Amino acid sequence: MAGVPYLEVASELCKGCELCMGVCPKQCIAIGDKLNSASYRPVYYTGENCTGCGLCFYACPEPGAIRVVKP
Amino acid sequence: MKVYEKPNALYGTFERKTGPALESTHYCQGCSHGNVHKMIAEALVDFGVQDRTVFVSPVGCAVFGFYYFDTGHIQAAHGRAPAVATGIKRANPNSIVLSYQGDGDLAAIGTAETIHAANRGENITVIFINNAIYGMTGGQMAPTTLIEQHTTTTPGGRVEGIHGNPIRMCEMISTLTAPTYVERVAIGNSKHIMKARKAIRKALQIQIEGRGYSFIEILSTCPSGWKMTPPDARDWMLEHMTKVFPLGVFKDESKAREPGSWDRVIKPFEPEAVGAYLKDFVGATVADPSQSKPQEMHCKFAGFGGQGILTMGLFWAQLAMRAGSKVSWIPSYGPEMRGGTANCQVNIADERIGTPLVEEPTMLAVMNQPSLEKFEAEVVPGGVLLVDTSMVKTAPTRTDIKTVLIPASEMANQMGTSKVANVILLGALTAATDAFPFEYVIKTLPELIKKKSLVEMNIEAFTRGYQYVREQQNG
Ligand SMILES: Cc1ncc(C[n+]2csc(CCOP(=O)(O)OP(=O)(O)O)c2C)c(N)n1
Ligand code: SF4
Ligand code: SF4
Repeated sequence: MAGVPYLEVASELCKGCELCMGVCPKQCIAIGDKLNSASYRPVYYTGENCTGCGLCFYACPEPGAIRVVKP
Repeated sequence: MKVYEKPNALYGTFERKTGPALESTHYCQGCSHGNVHKMIAEALVDFGVQDRTVFVSPVGCAVFGFYYFDTGHIQAAHGRAPAVATGIKRANPNSIVLSYQGDGDLAAIGTAETIHAANRGENITVIFINNAIYGMTGGQMAPTTLIEQHTTTTPGGRVEGIHGNPIRMCEMISTLTAPTYVERVAIGNSKHIMKARKAIRKALQIQIEGRGYSFIEILSTCPSGWKMTPPDARDWMLEHMTKVFPLGVFKDESKAREPGSWDRVIKPFEPEAVGAYLKDFVGATVADPSQSKPQEMHCKFAGFGGQGILTMGLFWAQLAMRAGSKVSWIPSYGPEMRGGTANCQVNIADERIGTPLVEEPTMLAVMNQPSLEKFEAEVVPGGVLLVDTSMVKTAPTRTDIKTVLIPASEMANQMGTSKVANVILLGALTAATDAFPFEYVIKTLPELIKKKSLVEMNIEAFTRGYQYVREQQNG
């Protein structure tokens, strides 16, 4: 059974640049309102509609900040 | 299942910092360097070449490449990455070599290396991060800065008549015959980014197959240097930079290039072959076993350019070298070929010599007035000062050193050429210091003189200088 695609944001590594938000065709990434320990505002997955396209992964400059899983 | 995640060619933790930052890069929020790192690392893993990759990082924000890429690594001096990459690739043709550079590095201080590596068609991959500014040093103008763009060094905007126009590297490099593949891409929206990914992969593939040199220019953002938010920086780059730096393929001859045809395989030197070659080349530089080594000496020879100062020191050093000493010789001269001042410094010792400089000479030979005035005080007490009195009109003032006076230039003139004054001085020096037996020099000097027709005259000059001092000593 094929699972549901999703993405994970490592909120300690995210620098809150919002570049991933701009490329997501489904607008399923949103900016959070809390600061992480590096004092950036990390984004988070809204929990719906990720197709696992991986575009946010390539748009994100921070190597470990986004992980996209497409089962 | 497909997982998009940090590729294994990047380290799990970056040991640059401690604490939670251990897994995060030093790049600013929204900086394109990270995107490019990720795509390169992904390709290295996908192509199975991580273990034989050498990443050459530049001076600039990517200077810390070695903290991120789990590959071989060299950090090059500013602008020199393509030259270093050339060396690595030629010495080890099986390595996959990336020269990763910013615009300050590649298109300003390193322009020469960039052009010539491309022109030689080195089988390497050059990744050019064009962010239109010097990022690391705080946002100064780069060669790629746009007209009217504000930087810390163009606070009123770049002006053509003062700063010149932005340099288009892809366009320049694609005029050269050798490069295989030249493309300009951008870290813009997804379409651009995926194109950039494709170009990076293609360039690496070309290198892996030995099809030659690739140059990938990547229009990038530097939100810090540009003082913009990352999304604004991306939009500004797409709107303004792509007008001056149009995206696209400028050259692609990858299909026409035979695989392996651009591997510049240079056979490593065989130690024996090198030995044989050097023996032929320097003749009898092997130490003369009949000769005992001279005592330790630190010598300075000084005069005008054209007097044979450098040759005099070189002969002196070579005489000692062939007698089995360790020696060093270093010249120092002005830009003039004739007439400027020149000196050379020679160390002679039993032990290996650390610095070639001579700051406290035990022996000083001067062939002009300024040299006497400049260096007399440096001679160590008990040292030897040799003066060509034809050229130096005032007497030396030191009384705690041994002074030898000889009108070497006039003596040379009497022989028909002032050119042998230096060798007359060598004769005088040999007599004054007893550094070498007379016969040893007479036997060895001919081997040091390149023009064989001049040997006789030099032997004569040496002998005259030697005898002049011996006569003074005896009497
Ligand atoms: C020989 C030398 N000259 C100057 C510098 C100072 N310096 C450090 S980084 C840099 C500019 C780097 O700009 P760029 O290549 O565009 O890279 P970026 O930082 O934008 O990624 C300069 C001039 C240096 N380190 N070494
Ligand atoms: S692109 Fe990466 S660093 Fe930027 S906000 Fe998205 S997850 Fe964070
Ligand atoms: S200064 Fe510019 S190039 Fe350097 S890390 Fe920051 S955004 Fe990137």
